[in-house]
Amino acid sequence: MGPFVPELISDQLNLVVALVLGIGFGVALEQAGFSSSRRLAGVFYGYDFTVLRVFFTAAVTAMSGVLLLGYFGFLDTGAIFVNPTWLMPAIVGGAIMGVGFVLGGYCPGTSVCAAAIGKIDAMFFVGGGLLGVLTFGEAYPVCRGFYESTSLGPIKVFDSLGISQGMFAFLLIAVAVGAFSLTTMIEKRVNRKSAPSLGFTARKHMIAALGVVALGIILLFLPDRKVHLIDKVSDPAYLSAHPAKLMSVDELAFRIVDHEPRIQLIDIRPPVAYNRFSLPGSTNIPVVDFFGKDWVTMFSRRHVKKVILAESETQEHAALLLLQELGYENLAILQGGLDGFSATILNPPAVIPTSTRWDKDVIRFRQSARTEILEAIEKGKQGGSKEIKKEKKIQGGC
Amino acid sequence: MNTKYMNPYLAGFFLGMVLLATIFITGRGLGASGAIKNIVVATVDGVVPSHAENSPFYSMYVGPGKDAPLKSWLVFEVAGVVIGAFLSGLVSDRLKIVTEAGPRVGIRLRWAFAAVGGALFGIGAQFARGCTSGAALSGMAVLSTAGFVTMLAIFGTGYAVAYVARKLWL
Repeated sequence: MGPFVPELISDQLNLVVALVLGIGFGVALEQAGFSSSRRLAGVFYGYDFTVLRVFFTAAVTAMSGVLLLGYFGFLDTGAIFVNPTWLMPAIVGGAIMGVGFVLGGYCPGTSVCAAAIGKIDAMFFVGGGLLGVLTFGEAYPVCRGFYESTSLGPIKVFDSLGISQGMFAFLLIAVAVGAFSLTTMIEKRVNRKSAPSLGFTARKHMIAALGVVALGIILLFLPDRKVHLIDKVSDPAYLSAHPAKLMSVDELAFRIVDHEPRIQLIDIRPPVAYNRFSLPGSTNIPVVDFFGKDWVTMFSRRHVKKVILAESETQEHAALLLLQELGYENLAILQGGLDGFSATILNPPAVIPTSTRWDKDVIRFRQSARTEILEAIEKGKQGGSKEIKKEKKIQGGC
Repeated sequence: MNTKYMNPYLAGFFLGMVLLATIFITGRGLGASGAIKNIVVATVDGVVPSHAENSPFYSMYVGPGKDAPLKSWLVFEVAGVVIGAFLSGLVSDRLKIVTEAGPRVGIRLRWAFAAVGGALFGIGAQFARGCTSGAALSGMAVLSTAGFVTMLAIFGTGYAVAYVARKLWL
């Protein structure tokens, strides 16, 4: 599952990856015609909308790809860098850049590209950019307050607008296709002849537009993977059709006391409940964390039986089916849930009717298990807070 | 030699796939202004290290425990852009030392405005935490609010001031 930084790709190798991807970026920008300031500036005067076409097509392509890869579980969308929002600085910074675009005819990426093929004006633009950063760096103490203002964190645009992710993706595609046809008409008027040749016929463009709109409709109805899978495994009919392997409370107690290395207890309760009380050796992984990359290694150990713990058996069952949907094996749930475990082992009723010899043995076992497990819990509490391993967060942005 | 540009939608699709590959492999987006910033930071640190150390801005990027500013992802990526653009220009026969200007603008005036535009981008990209590539395009791909706000601010302002600056281009 992507992304492959930092697990599979080291920081050193990542720099090589950066160079290779940068070459791709440079080829794409240059081939698009972004190495020409007159072409770039054309978007503001209506004689050449190349910028708008390339930019929107690229944004729609990458966005759709991220959504589809995330839906099919190839990309951990929780691990990728989402540019955090500082609202006012983004607006003011964007406005300053907008003026810079019209006056300079480039943006930083395109200026580097144009300078690389010999455009002297682009070299001046890059030089100006260096001076601009220096100016900002020197003035930073003065504008720091504003720079750090209105910090909203890594918020998503569809949440800001109060619509679903799929709806936003669809609307963006609809706006893009609409803008493509509108700007083509504007271009024809401004240039008083047919627009710059695009190399393909209008008919081919129509077919491509239909394909893109179809993609938008798919994205509109593409449910969020998490929501979709959680809904699926929460359906009582689905639960009864897919029984789970049960582990009895006595077996679990025995294995805990025995320090059995081939079981892994996975406690799916909220962290608050887990911190109040948990079984020795258990790890707290709420269901929402099943989807990320953080626990893949633990879930993937095939020879270790993963026993899921929650208050009730139904919650455990749903979590087990979810892990199965995500492709993990060797799973079991605790019969009767943690409530059952407490009622039978940890806090048994004072008087238990006994009739046979077998019953007496069971009671003796449960009593000794109770003592040992309570001791282990106590010891765990004294050991301080449980350590939760967090993966290194990916850094990004300019 | 084919000196014509690629169909813009095809080029956009290609650019989008490069961006998608970047996000898929590295978990982050593409950028450009960050590399310019790193070059400035490295220069200041090299020329007046004491100033870099004491400045609240430069000290965010240099200091003990931090990698050298030139050993950053974006510097390597932009080095790739230079190589990629050069190769593309070579293949399409567009390598030429030339100044491109609007029909009514002299070469020196064009240079001056290019430098001013670059400086404005240098300043604006700090406030917006990225430029058209790093903030707008990459931000839009991951549906970040900042990406869309920055994109609208750049192009909205561009259209608002285009009339005033029309003599530069028309």
